[in-house]
Amino acid sequence: MAIKPKPNELLSGINYKPPLKQWMDEPVEFKKGYYCYGAKPKNLEYIGFPNGREWNSSEQDWKLVDNWKEIFLEGMENLLKKFRSFRLFMDICVRCGACADKCHFFIGTGDPKNMPVLRAELLRSIYRRYFTVAGKLGKIAGARDLTEDVFKEIWYYYYQCTECRRCSVFCPYGIDQAEITMMGRELINLLGCCTDWISGPLANCYRTGNHLGLQPHTIKSNFDYMLDDLEEHTGVRVEPTFNRKGAEILFVTPSADFFAEPGVFTCMGYLLLFHYLGLDYTWSTYASEGGNFGLFTSNEMMKRLNSKIYAESKRLGVKWILGGECGHMWRVLHQYMDTMNGPADHLEAPVSPITGTRFDNAKSTRMVHIAEFTADLIKNGKLKFDPSRNDNLNVTFHDSCNTSRGMGIFEEPRYIINSVCNHFHEMPDNTIRENTFCCGSGSGLNAGEIEELRMLGGLPRAHAVKYVKEKHGVNMLSCICAIDRAVLPPMIDYWMPDVGVCGVHELVGNALIIPGEKERENNLRGEPLPGMEEKGEEE
Amino acid sequence: MYNGGKIIAGLIIFIALVTFPFYTNMGKTIEKPADPTAAADELHIGNVPIGQMRAEHMMILDKWRDEVVRGGERFITFDGDQYEKSIQNGCLACHSKQDFCGKCHNFAGVNPYCWNCHYSSEEDQL
Amino acid sequence: MGMIFSLVAVIFLAAIAFMGAKLNLFGLFGVAIPYLAVLVFIAGFIRKVIKWGQSPVPFHIPTTCGQQKSLPWIKQSKLDNPSTTLGIIGRMALEVLLFRSLFRNLKTHRTDGGPVYGSNKWLWLGGLAFHVTFFVVFIRHLRFFTEPVPAWVNTLDVVDGFVQVGVPHMLITGVVLLAAATYLLLRRIFNPQVKYISLPADYFPLFLIIGIAVSGILMRYFIKVDIIKVKELTMGLATFKTTVPDGIGGIFFIHLFLISVLFAYFPFSKLMHLGGVFMSPTRNLANNSREVRHINPWNPKVKLHTYEEYEDEFREVMKSEGLPVEKE
Repeated sequence: MAIKPKPNELLSGINYKPPLKQWMDEPVEFKKGYYCYGAKPKNLEYIGFPNGREWNSSEQDWKLVDNWKEIFLEGMENLLKKFRSFRLFMDICVRCGACADKCHFFIGTGDPKNMPVLRAELLRSIYRRYFTVAGKLGKIAGARDLTEDVFKEIWYYYYQCTECRRCSVFCPYGIDQAEITMMGRELINLLGCCTDWISGPLANCYRTGNHLGLQPHTIKSNFDYMLDDLEEHTGVRVEPTFNRKGAEILFVTPSADFFAEPGVFTCMGYLLLFHYLGLDYTWSTYASEGGNFGLFTSNEMMKRLNSKIYAESKRLGVKWILGGECGHMWRVLHQYMDTMNGPADHLEAPVSPITGTRFDNAKSTRMVHIAEFTADLIKNGKLKFDPSRNDNLNVTFHDSCNTSRGMGIFEEPRYIINSVCNHFHEMPDNTIRENTFCCGSGSGLNAGEIEELRMLGGLPRAHAVKYVKEKHGVNMLSCICAIDRAVLPPMIDYWMPDVGVCGVHELVGNALIIPGEKERENNLRGEPLPGMEEKGEEE
Repeated sequence: MYNGGKIIAGLIIFIALVTFPFYTNMGKTIEKPADPTAAADELHIGNVPIGQMRAEHMMILDKWRDEVVRGGERFITFDGDQYEKSIQNGCLACHSKQDFCGKCHNFAGVNPYCWNCHYSSEEDQL
Repeated sequence: MGMIFSLVAVIFLAAIAFMGAKLNLFGLFGVAIPYLAVLVFIAGFIRKVIKWGQSPVPFHIPTTCGQQKSLPWIKQSKLDNPSTTLGIIGRMALEVLLFRSLFRNLKTHRTDGGPVYGSNKWLWLGGLAFHVTFFVVFIRHLRFFTEPVPAWVNTLDVVDGFVQVGVPHMLITGVVLLAAATYLLLRRIFNPQVKYISLPADYFPLFLIIGIAVSGILMRYFIKVDIIKVKELTMGLATFKTTVPDGIGGIFFIHLFLISVLFAYFPFSKLMHLGGVFMSPTRNLANNSREVRHINPWNPKVKLHTYEEYEDEFREVMKSEGLPVEKE
């Protein structure tokens, strides 16, 4: 599916100068291609969410329940009592504007209500009106009544935020729009106004353990295809196990890694690595999803979905958990899991069985990021690589929002890439590490119906890739996030074709020298390795 | 309250800082400098009313300094007599550095830089 | 509109004080209102902070702005992504004293090829200049609230006036404060993005502070007041032995009244960022959430989809693929 406007048409439409009219006087306009379909009642019902109904977000009448306003305000009061962040962030913003042009959606759309500060003000104006004394004065105090139009405006813009936290890096008080968006979405969910694209995966994940709704036998057969391909390319037959009790390690990764390209190539990388190491590990079909759409729905839903990982590790009796490459999955695992579903007393503090390294930074949660695990292996000389197999690739690295600003894993993946590739080039400083730009489709915004919005949201990232492509000939964008792997290929393709997207462990899988492998002619994608092109043609 | 210890400690520090003027002066009775005896409308050297001299002496002295240093006009005539525009030989001939200048300056926390260069013979006796 | 409203409001407040002085309401404007304002300030500040304190921090959500602590051979960014209490103290000190986050500021420019991001330190510089000079000016005023004046307050005054321009010697902080506040105001008016987000609550404190600075500077250099009487009044306030000397001059009461308004307004406004910055969970938590378990006091009981329910639904297909099951 390709959107109609050409890149230069979209680009020339961007204007950073807001209108002169005051924002409160500017009613929300629902632009096609910028908002999602509404949640279907069956999905909400399955996960026990209230107020599900048949409704259409593009129609005037959203069929809200009669007492929607009371529900919203009661919910808000409840959240203010539960989250210091929320109350504080409602109170202390000085509107200095430092965050204004940091949001990829503002940079891409120029819509002034996509300035993080203003996105927050949409909710703050309600907070002032109903929860402060001065707010009773109305507009002069920056307050306004909660009406259906105001609610729709909040809905429209709170699903134009990917909770990437870039604004929070620049805020002098650390006000985090991601946190405010999470609160806004909690309120939206009280009224049954989740989007279809989020509620579907939520229901799927609750039932089958993964967003895609893959049932256990489907997971197994997907793996079989993948293992066949792997054998064809490498001559190695990998035999992973599923739901195996007594394994030392449980491995959890986003389900997209064993479902669609280019994620499957990353998954092949994991499989080869674990096979090479002879790691005593197992996959789970019950906890077959690392990602967690609850993060951008409600804290309770996040807990419900996340609980499967610890529950499964307990049932299987593993010692610790290893996690694959994923962005918001790691925000949840790193900052929420132990608090919500811990303490993980049934597990042990993680120790690499290969190197003996104790991962002290994960000694309570007992879950290790695969980039930490692999970096440690390489540092201890446990892996043999032939980096020249990646010589056809000029690689750059996209820091994913969540692992960057909700964790800080910057050096580990770079160390791995530099060990397995000969050609690595960074994108400009202002667009990587803690300054990194979102892919434009995180936090449940990867819906087809908002492709135009997503292309614009991805513009800053794509433009930085374009810069290194032109300067260094970069042709591969590596990352450690499943959403990135899913959304960046069409995004990059739209703005400037001919740059691929891969996971870091795909590069590892390509370069890893495995005893008993055949002479490698293809990479994990089945494309000829550098120097093998002619050989391929001869056949 | 959550994290109450830290929050209350922070509040105590805050209150201690903003109420500093109150507890540091607890029980004190402040002696302000004695009211000057001369009437405000009496004329001072330079034909300046004494009230104005009190408020603006720093500017008048500054002006006199410029007249002496740049214009060479060292003397001023007042009521038929000649007076030298000089701190040591003029002002201090009548006024005491300690009892006159210092009293108000100290009370109000004013730190004129006159005494960086000028010298009072009172200091010999100290 | 917000700007005009705020400007008119501050002028109106100044006029009230001026009228009060004209009508000899010294007791009201010199004693009662300042006391009330300080009381409201302290009580309101405490109330607000306690209100924040009553909401817990359920999750461990620092914004990490540097390399995490992981493997021992990877250099951690100890100040931008601290994992210890000492690191947090460092991060908070940098944030509060040097405005670390604002120092990162970038400006996005639109070009035909796409967006580019240039360094932009003006807001940092203006903001820091404003806050530092405001603080020094505040401290300098201790000369009106201490007797004898401590040597360090006098030293501060000498250092502040070290350029020795004019008489009374010009105090740099006063001038910089006014200049910085004016810069902050002008960017609200002329930067279209900042103008768009500005509320009356943004203009009002700026006009108020500019009014305070202007009236103070006027008093020091141009419209003289009897400083001995001023100190008599302020020391009366500080010792709770209030006196109201007459003949101080209207400009002083304008200055004092605007300050009183600022104090009383403070706890109900965005100015509470003074207290709030210390309590921001994205800044004041160590990034050690996998190392030390963070406790959520209201951790909810939720309905779960258990493995047993899962196996009950999928047992047959699991068996058909040879996946192990708990119940045959």
